Amino acid sequence: MISELSQVLESLDLPADWVGLRAVKEAVDIRRVRDGLPQRNGKSTSAGVMVEVLVNGQIGYSATNSFQAASIKAAAALAYQQALAASQWAIYPLTTAQRPKVVGEYCSPFLKPFDALTPGDINQVLVRLCDTLNVSDRIVQTNAMAIANETDSWFVSSNGSEVYQRFLLLETHFGATAQDGAIVQQRSNNGYLAHSYQGGWELFPDANLWNRARQVGEQAIELLTAEECPTTATTLLLAPDQMMLQIHESVGHPLELDRILGDERNYAGGSFVKPSDFGQLSYGSKLMNITFDPTVEGEFASYRFDDIGTPATREYLIQEGVLQRGLGSLESQARMGVDGVACARASSWNRPPIDRMANLNLEPGTDSWQDMIGDVEHGVYMEANRSWSIDDRRYKFQFGCEYAKLIENGQVTKTLRNPNYRGTTPEFWHRLVKVGDRSTWEIYGTPYCGKGEPNQAIRVGHGSPVCAFENVEVFGGGA
Amino acid sequence: MKPEELAKQEATFNQLTTALLAELKADEQLTIELSGEHSQFVRFNTARVRQTGDITDGQVQLTLMHNQRSSFREFPFVGNWEIDWPEAQAALADLRQEVPQLPSDPYLVLPTGNASSRDVYSGQLLAPEAVAAAVLTDVSGLDFTGIYGGGASIRAYADSAGQRHWFATETFALDYSLFATDGQAVKGTFAGSHWDQSAYGAKLADSKLQLERLATSPKFIPKGQYRTYLAPAAIAELVSMFSWGGVSEAALQQGSSALGLLQRGEKLLSPHFSLTENFGRGLVPRFNELGEVAPLKLPLIADRKLVNTLVSSRTAKEYSKTANGANSSESLRSPDLSPGTLAAAEILNALDTGLYLSNLHYLNWSDRPTGRVTGMTRYACFWVENGEIVAPIENLRFDETIYRCFGDNLLLLTDFQEFIPEVGTYSQRNLGGMWMPGAIVADFTYTL
Repeated sequence: MISELSQVLESLDLPADWVGLRAVKEAVDIRRVRDGLPQRNGKSTSAGVMVEVLVNGQIGYSATNSFQAASIKAAAALAYQQALAASQWAIYPLTTAQRPKVVGEYCSPFLKPFDALTPGDINQVLVRLCDTLNVSDRIVQTNAMAIANETDSWFVSSNGSEVYQRFLLLETHFGATAQDGAIVQQRSNNGYLAHSYQGGWELFPDANLWNRARQVGEQAIELLTAEECPTTATTLLLAPDQMMLQIHESVGHPLELDRILGDERNYAGGSFVKPSDFGQLSYGSKLMNITFDPTVEGEFASYRFDDIGTPATREYLIQEGVLQRGLGSLESQARMGVDGVACARASSWNRPPIDRMANLNLEPGTDSWQDMIGDVEHGVYMEANRSWSIDDRRYKFQFGCEYAKLIENGQVTKTLRNPNYRGTTPEFWHRLVKVGDRSTWEIYGTPYCGKGEPNQAIRVGHGSPVCAFENVEVFGGGA
Repeated sequence: MKPEELAKQEATFNQLTTALLAELKADEQLTIELSGEHSQFVRFNTARVRQTGDITDGQVQLTLMHNQRSSFREFPFVGNWEIDWPEAQAALADLRQEVPQLPSDPYLVLPTGNASSRDVYSGQLLAPEAVAAAVLTDVSGLDFTGIYGGGASIRAYADSAGQRHWFATETFALDYSLFATDGQAVKGTFAGSHWDQSAYGAKLADSKLQLERLATSPKFIPKGQYRTYLAPAAIAELVSMFSWGGVSEAALQQGSSALGLLQRGEKLLSPHFSLTENFGRGLVPRFNELGEVAPLKLPLIADRKLVNTLVSSRTAKEYSKTANGANSSESLRSPDLSPGTLAAAEILNALDTGLYLSNLHYLNWSDRPTGRVTGMTRYACFWVENGEIVAPIENLRFDETIYRCFGDNLLLLTDFQEFIPEVGTYSQRNLGGMWMPGAIVADFTYTL
């Protein structure tokens, strides 16, 4: 593909300052079962070429789902016209410094390729999962899903870039709904599609899968008779499967430079973070260390280069509670004059790259699980996100979880249902009083981070230990 | 898209359909769906162009059904027989390999109808190179941000039962915000099929007037319960939640709907709250993934009760219900909430003292079985005293049940509806929108 794209690139006759061609082929295999019966089986292939052309400081783009040379050349001409027409209205004069030359390859780690299991094999696993989840006649629904995604990306440019990246992405999910009259409770395997990783079928099914499925079904039943989460201000412990959401919404999004620059204000929103905050804002307690790290093997949003060719490196965004740098591409870094990361990412061939999270992780601390709960007189431990909402500046949030435990006098006691909590971002992160050690660390991911105009849903990964926050407002459900 | 390009797309799809159906064996069934677009996007920030480009995309999905089993293949459609036919042949061959491996599906629904339709709506859109000037000239000096998306969209369907549908339309949507220096903002949408520069100017003038109201410093409102006016765009956000574990019959049957209490008669809504699926305006296709055509109007909530749910053929088969042309996700496609009696000029007087909310943001169920939803206020939202706007507010979080705000606490609905265009563009430019009135509700609950 690189040579075919290079040939088209060489054949272009445009008075442009720079041209880039990014081809993507994404093959997605989806298998979904409900109550042991097939719901959806099939494969989807999306493929096309995104042409970017830089003219007079403005980039225009044109994307086509045809790989014919004539179609790509026509797209290049359209992109050139787009850039030229808009250049007098350009928000910032871009240069080739924002499209550096880069050469290299990346491939996701994997042991068992996606053709190692047949559609029949996968359906068998999913049906058995539903059967295992169905632990009681009060289970009214079981579901299981596996999505295997193979994405190839090729990038060539007029200043000599040649990049090939191949991603193997596996997303799995299962859960159960229990009902007793008007009481309905759902429990899943760490939240919807939270088991999203890079790798092959070695990840699924794993050795613990059936025990975990039985536990999920049993916990759904357990929630039917559990007490409501109390309404109080208390110590809140969050499991890694909820920390994923907490980091994503209240750290990742507000640190995106394009939000701070105002690009996103009409849709996803802006940010409470100001350009002058970098290097000095106390974002949270000294225990808070957040890294942008696309180099973690197997984490969902790992890569070697972003979609404009910036080499990916691990960087601290927040170190000992102090804001260091933003989630901004070379374009945003130039516009704002602050440090960023390799995060110009597009959801596919048919969307332009914008500032995105990739893997955003909270680094482990020093406390074991027992250390974390040992001196908690009263607290609530919550697992697995089920509800999320935050304002357009990423300040006031309210999150809900599937399952919780009461902590009393250093011991985990009763199960609690409908656990929710709310707060404001900097105040909440300053209440971080304990960070679990590596033994409490878990990695999850999601394919559904949405932003951008036109809209884009992209993959992100988040690793975190268990964390404890003091004096947080928690509450239960009900009208 | 030029008319000749659109005609070529249709001809190629028809050719593909005919050829695929000719390949079918007697015991096989096939559905063929096409979704395509040629769209222009221009993104704005601070009344400048941030990004500009166009996208040509098309995808065909084949679903093969055989021996009570089914699977699908989706692949790019470029409107060129030489390219598309080999893809389609390969997909069909692949499906024939896979389908026998799959478990039997007792609720598989085969295409059986005899519906056909052809709707083509042409528009008069801005030329790509003219968008920036047309949009930005009148907002010079303002902090204007947003996106223009416009172009041709295609939705088409064919199946082995002989059904055929073709829907093509040219539309645009400009979704924008005007910001004041302190971060307060006014939201606007300007959408249709014919760009009218003077109508855009009038829309902008209205937005600029609203922006002037934001000139005073925002007022902090403590959490609590307040009488509240929800403008049509805010109502649209709340009604959108009915598509997510709401009016779906499958969601109700499987315990994941917020309307279970309403269906069981344990809760009632206000007699003023009448929600209908209304396809009468022709903005979205009426056919679904099985080629079935929805009724022109389907009342969903009326006389305080859930009078109909959205029932797909699959759900109907599983739960012994009657299908009503719903799509497979049983979501709202053309919702219409009936207006009431409150005139626009009387809104502030009727509100008296309370909150005037233009928009809501980032809604989610906070306790779905009880119909509780949380979200944020956004854009031009004001504190009103004695029928007069006092000041814009700092954004508030609400956490309230639909049974309260659309039940006994629903006091008045406006006597007008606004069209709230669907401006989503995740996999493609969405079509259609919602027709919603504004509403005054008592004791709307704010928590943060």
